[in-house]
Amino acid sequence: MYDSGKIIIGLLLFFGLIASPIWYNLASGKGSYKPDIKIVTTEKQCVAPTPYMRTSHMDLVYSWRDLVVRENHRSYNSFTGRQYDMSLTGTCLNCHSNKTEFCDKCHSFVGEAPFCWDCHVVPKEGN
Amino acid sequence: MKIIYSLIGVLALILIVALGVGTADLQYLFGVIIPVLAALVFGVGIIYRVIKWARSPVPFHIPTTCGQQKSLPWIKSATLENPQGRWGVIARMALEIFLFRSLFRNTRVELRDGPRLAYGTTKYLWLGGLLFHWSFLIILLRHFRFFVEPVPFFVLFIQRIDGFFQVGVPILYVTDIFILLALSYLFFRRIVSPKIRYISLIADYFALLLISAIVISGILMRYFWKVDLIAAKELVLSIFSFHPVVPEGIGLLFYIHLFLVSCLLVYFPMSKLMHMGGVFLSPTRNLSNGSRARRHVNPWNPPVKVHTYEEWEDEFHDLIKGAGLPLDKE
Ligand code: HEC
Ligand code: HEC
Ligand code: HEC
Repeated sequence: MYDSGKIIIGLLLFFGLIASPIWYNLASGKGSYKPDIKIVTTEKQCVAPTPYMRTSHMDLVYSWRDLVVRENHRSYNSFTGRQYDMSLTGTCLNCHSNKTEFCDKCHSFVGEAPFCWDCHVVPKEGN
Repeated sequence: MKIIYSLIGVLALILIVALGVGTADLQYLFGVIIPVLAALVFGVGIIYRVIKWARSPVPFHIPTTCGQQKSLPWIKSATLENPQGRWGVIARMALEIFLFRSLFRNTRVELRDGPRLAYGTTKYLWLGGLLFHWSFLIILLRHFRFFVEPVPFFVLFIQRIDGFFQVGVPILYVTDIFILLALSYLFFRRIVSPKIRYISLIADYFALLLISAIVISGILMRYFWKVDLIAAKELVLSIFSFHPVVPEGIGLLFYIHLFLVSCLLVYFPMSKLMHMGGVFLSPTRNLSNGSRARRHVNPWNPPVKVHTYEEWEDEFHDLIKGAGLPLDKE
């Protein structure tokens, strides 16, 4: 092999970078971490079926926002037939009053930080 | 026809996972075993290809140059176009790798009325290529939010820049648009021009279609057909820490995406995609043009017995001196 020094350094560098998630997770010790979100409400059901909420709650809150802000339509008829006021602070955070232990935990796990709270009020947390 | 074959190839891959996960419930196979095997093939394949390249000798000194070589001090030399030393080569390689400088010089030949042959520059391929590769890199770096915990700061930073316009839900990333545009350009470039279509092979279309399928499945997953990201990250983290567990109900689209990526990893070392490593090993780019200053020895030459000028001068020192001729050493 010619230039073996350079080739080996190059390959080591490349594989070091490619495998960086392995080193990183080893170093942080969080390779088996999963966010355990706390549901503090006494209610049994979310405003929509849980699998849907887990994957698509952002679609829901955005559709709420559009309905409220653009169409002044504030009442949400949930799948159980119950009526909810379409409000981020007043409804979502009423049941999920532990935003840091609930919304934030999930979001920081996937590197997401919705900017909603620049404007919307987060009620004082009580667990 | 070649397009149809590659399209069928990609669709067949999608069908395989769709059946495997959708009907046969083979989550562990498609979520863990195949990706891990694919990563191994990728690693071993790349080492194999690179070592194979490194074993081939470079018999001639063949850097391509398009500038003045370093010669006399009062002649201005082009250090980038015609690198003399190591730093010149490093700068030239960096421009090549990050900005595709050679492609920037792409020219086009046209037969105009007359008939008259005309040459002109054309930058579209360079632009399309640059757009594609940079978007790909940024998208790959953004994926680190699923690979590691805690999410590193640079990912958050890239996300913020990439989603600067804050359009839509979830926020639209500009690179998603760019990579789609670039891929469409690279694909249609091969179809529209009869000349390029003539020289295009199945492998050319397949690579583009496979990457397009990965991109499209990713975009669908982010914007339209949501999957459980928390569970997806759990799976990925568990593989990277060597204790694979497959959480329930991630969503079929995720498995399609993952399987297509696995196929890309396997396909990579055995295809033209190896130009990723090849660009570093191109002798026309990575040799310094010091052919006037240093001798390039063909590695397979038998040892040549040389008699240098110095030795010659030493040998005939007295005679040269006696004849009153100038000597190098005095
Ligand atoms: C009536 C009280 C209530 C309201 C209002 C409510 N939730 Fe829930 N939410 C719940 C309960 C209870 C669960 C747990 C359901 C379960 O475990 O199956 C839940 C589950 C969830 C989950 C899934 C968590 C998981 O286990 O993965 C998300 C995400 C969520 N809610 C978001 C929201 C958002 C966003 C809103 C506002 C649109 C909202 N919730 C409004 C009660 C509520
Ligand atoms: C620039 C400030 C601002 C930001 C940022 C913002 N909102 Fe709003 N939002 C408003 C205003 C103003 C209203 C109107 C309130 C009303 O009419 O009751 C509103 C209303 C809403 C409503 C319905 C009414 C209510 O009380 O909740 C929802 C749902 C909502 N926004 C969701 C969101 C989400 C989700 C985000 C983050 C992605 C977000 N908003 C970010 C200003 C903002
Ligand atoms: C089960 C985990 C989980 C919980 C709990 C959760 N989210 Fe999310 N949220 C997510 C994921 C995953 C995303 C999508 C991130 C992405 O696509 O990058 C998301 C995205 C969002 C977005 C859109 C962000 C964007 O930039 O487009 C909003 C708004 C949001 N969540 C609001 C909430 C609110 C409000 C709560 C608490 C009531 C909440 N979420 C609780 C997992 C969760």
